[in-house]
Amino acid sequence: MSQLTGAQIIVKCLQEEGVTSIFGYPGGAVIDLYDELMASPELNHVLVRHEQAAVHAADGYARVTGEVGVALLTSGPGATNGVTGIATAYMDSIPIVILTGQVPTPLIGNDAFQEVDIVGITRPCTKHNYLVSRKEELASVLREAFYVARTGRPGPVLVDLPKDIINAQIEVEDKKPISMQSYQPTYEPNMKQIDRACRLIMEARKPVLYVGGGVILSDASEELRELAMKLNIPVTMTLMGLGAFPGHHELSMGMLGMHGTYTANMAVAECDLLISIGARFDDRVTGKLDSFATNAKIIHIDIDPTSISKNVEVNVPIVSDCKKAVTALNNWFNNHQDVSIEEEKARHQAWFEQIRRWQEEHPLTYIEEGEQIKPQYVIEMLDKLTGGEAIVATEVGQHQMWAAQFYQFNSPRRFLTSGGLGTMGYGLPAAIGAKVAMPDKVCIDIAGDASIQMNIQELATAMQYKCPVKVAILNNRFLGMVRQWQELFYEKRYASTVMDVAPDFVALAQAYGAVGLRATKTSEVEDVIKEALAVDNFVLMDFEISREEGVFPMVPAGKSTTEMLLV
Amino acid sequence: MKHTLYVLLRNQPGVLSRVTGLFSGRGFNIESICAAETVDPNVSCLTLITEGDNKVIEQITKQLHKLIDVIKVVDIDDGDFVERELVLIRVKAEAETRAEVLRIIDIFRGKVVDVSPRSYAIEITGSHSKIQAAIEILRPIGIKEIVRTGKIAIARGGTHK
Repeated sequence: MSQLTGAQIIVKCLQEEGVTSIFGYPGGAVIDLYDELMASPELNHVLVRHEQAAVHAADGYARVTGEVGVALLTSGPGATNGVTGIATAYMDSIPIVILTGQVPTPLIGNDAFQEVDIVGITRPCTKHNYLVSRKEELASVLREAFYVARTGRPGPVLVDLPKDIINAQIEVEDKKPISMQSYQPTYEPNMKQIDRACRLIMEARKPVLYVGGGVILSDASEELRELAMKLNIPVTMTLMGLGAFPGHHELSMGMLGMHGTYTANMAVAECDLLISIGARFDDRVTGKLDSFATNAKIIHIDIDPTSISKNVEVNVPIVSDCKKAVTALNNWFNNHQDVSIEEEKARHQAWFEQIRRWQEEHPLTYIEEGEQIKPQYVIEMLDKLTGGEAIVATEVGQHQMWAAQFYQFNSPRRFLTSGGLGTMGYGLPAAIGAKVAMPDKVCIDIAGDASIQMNIQELATAMQYKCPVKVAILNNRFLGMVRQWQELFYEKRYASTVMDVAPDFVALAQAYGAVGLRATKTSEVEDVIKEALAVDNFVLMDFEISREEGVFPMVPAGKSTTEMLLV
Repeated sequence: MKHTLYVLLRNQPGVLSRVTGLFSGRGFNIESICAAETVDPNVSCLTLITEGDNKVIEQITKQLHKLIDVIKVVDIDDGDFVERELVLIRVKAEAETRAEVLRIIDIFRGKVVDVSPRSYAIEITGSHSKIQAAIEILRPIGIKEIVRTGKIAIARGGTHK
């Protein structure tokens, strides 16, 4: 037992949890905590330019490291500005802890200056949240917050800190192992279900592995690769699952769903066994539910029981950590003497050949148009010139889908994208968060000209903290994805999707002290990217692309996933 | 189909709004909800009536479990429970109906808890259907006000601790 101020306890708890970087923005309610942070140089604080970016940066940090990201915001507008970031992390199950200042306890409920009920506001978009109402519980709440954020199905946890508690003198106890009667996630799979699943896999002639972000969150990529290769099962990934299985591998069919590959969507439609691991049958994946994988038995592995049988009835539900479940599947096949792996492989050969044919008939492609820059070509060049090894963040829209389709993610935790919420403005701050976590990695934000403007102020953050992120704007002077829908389904009525006025992005970059580069012709693309990668500075690349290029394949909303519009 | 869910949760500020927010946010129905402390002051108990097919009830149960403060969820319709509801009714009691109201109250084993020159306030406990029956009988006489607790329940023989 020792006596500390609330602020000292917060810093102590952050250090106990292994936090080294915090993303935040100060204000009256947290000024005392900032004062204490200044006395703790081992905690690196990154001052963003807008609170939304603080949360996205903490989220990007968490996605690349697998550790809990931390954002620190002041009360009132500071906290509400963070809500979009919190909802983004919630939809994608990203472990972050958001600390918000609050007015002093006696003023709560009095409509005090910069007071807002942020616990009430964020209740539906956090995994859990707390208002610290008694100073004695400060340390235990903070410790519990980190525990809840990183365990089970991860997610954002918010802790609201009244100013008087930050300033109080408090007796603090040492950290003890956390045990919560009301929160005990299931990690270990039920072995009977594993046995049933393996027997279904052995019966299957046309199996498909459908994997999502859960594989990345539980670091199960190695185990997944072992399973797929051992049994020769083709793999398709959700947007959140990209990188869970190497994109260049011959068993990879790429992404499925609305903008998935022809092969992946056909394979899911025709398979006789769908093995879903850490994915949640989102509407962008399934299309029309009645015609999704109708011939298949379904095995569904997920740590969150609410994900199972929510949208699609499954034959073998397995509530478990993905890594543990896939390990159990691998062990089953290794230990069963009556199983011949060679025979299993052979059984899938005809299926594999069918998949090859689909791939040859309708690969991901685009029509080249001479010197008019095709966005897909820019992504291919980025992939080639970074060896597929960069950390790639995206905003949301057409560029995001082109990045998902044409960049080959060969490792997990390399692709940062707002999959569930679809938050424009996510990519730049997320890339900054990633670069803070991994300064030696190349971090690229693939952006559209509309999305980039939603958090472009973060250029200043990147410059202040010497985060040489590379931004590639695929500039079509449209709000591209909505324009594409208008072209296809609204008779080209481009209602409010024409960006008539945009800044000169090259000059804008220079105004911040960064480097701006522009390519207007296909032949310039490679040199621009090479130069951007060579410069040790923040670089903003403006690619003037073919304006009305569309993302294909495309499954129109509400249609079956086999009804794809192709290039 | 109607289901009664018995939910144990950590007695934290705002915990009830986590439950009601879950229902409104995901489009589930709450027909009645009754919350109180249990024998352990750190634990609250909710008795909640909702409606939906088996798939909906399964999602509701799972989603409730997912709330960090929820300790336990039991679908009472799956087990042996005693259920009670309490109702307070202010019923018209003019000279010509006073005796009849008293007789009806007696049949339902209710009692008069307040008397005024032109009305009685009465209290009746029992199952949902018994309360409903009492209300229907009293309605023609003239009900001025009804306050109901919603259903509460306890397991028979202490099978659910």
